[in-house]
Amino acid sequence: MDQKTILLTILGMALVTYIPRLLPVWVLASKSLPQPVVAWLRYVPVAVLAAMLFPAIVVQDDQVDLGLSNLFLWAAFPTLLVAWKTRSLLGSVIVGAVVVAVARYMFGL
Amino acid sequence: MNPSPSAKASSTKMEWLAGVVQAGPIVLGYIPIGLAFGVLAQKAGISVLNTLLMSLLVYAGSSQLIAVGLFASRSPALSVVLTTFVVNLRHVLLSAALSPFLERWRKREIAAFAYQLTDETFAVHAARFASGTPSKAEILTTNVTAQTAWVFGSWLGVVVGQSISDVKPLALDYVLPAMFIALMVLQTQDCVQVGVALATGALSVGLLLMGVGQWNVIAATLIGATIGVMFEAFEIWIKKRSC
Repeated sequence: MDQKTILLTILGMALVTYIPRLLPVWVLASKSLPQPVVAWLRYVPVAVLAAMLFPAIVVQDDQVDLGLSNLFLWAAFPTLLVAWKTRSLLGSVIVGAVVVAVARYMFGL
Repeated sequence: MNPSPSAKASSTKMEWLAGVVQAGPIVLGYIPIGLAFGVLAQKAGISVLNTLLMSLLVYAGSSQLIAVGLFASRSPALSVVLTTFVVNLRHVLLSAALSPFLERWRKREIAAFAYQLTDETFAVHAARFASGTPSKAEILTTNVTAQTAWVFGSWLGVVVGQSISDVKPLALDYVLPAMFIALMVLQTQDCVQVGVALATGALSVGLLLMGVGQWNVIAATLIGATIGVMFEAFEIWIKKRSC
């Protein structure tokens, strides 16, 4: 992709990112969204994160891989544990990356 | 009683300082993750200018890392923008949750505030608003400090990236999955959400293997969130009947 197309894509990304950030705080003031919409929106964050995470750690070379050599899958468990116990984004990312880096170094994966 | 101009100036200075201090933990998190983004963007062949512009204009960590991956795999621009939209739709919730506290703000102040609303600044602001009435200067300084750290981290990554030949030994390719895991855990408050996560994740994998391309994320999210709402409605209905 050439840099000009990338720039145009970035402008599009900026627009679709700003609108959801701005709209509620801009129009709501003290009003609130209809209850079913609020209920639905409450599931969007978890759903979208899971929808991106699962393929990233379960699928290797267009196939489901639950084998021992699938490092990304096994490193998810210590990462999950740290996130759950410490509730720290940075701490979880560091533990996950260190586990993967050390495993690659030791087992040459 | 009106404070004298000099007292007012020094209190504003204190507010700025408080805003910077509030941003401290965010800065510590944004510099290393921004750095990972900068390195990966450099490796994906995105120019220095475009990399920094993305951190300035989009300013949303996970979607920027996803976009870099999509650029590297030559995905069409439309699918990058749509994926970004879905990934960042969660900000609606954060924005709606803070709206009662900004009732007295001017429209342009609200516009500036919303531009720099992230998961992390939200967490800090929600705590601050709950414990008192922080000044606009303090809130906006926290936001500006956080984004400055993000842009600085990205720039550092671009610089460092030029001397890193392979990101694998440093496991920078695991930063994004690890971030997804942590953000998912931080957003989960009840069992229905855990169920929604598992169902949506499985659905997303299934759709991907069926060959729907990048659409698996959007489709699985829409279906998964709907399953959650339906389950919730079903739960309420059961409770009503049993009483």
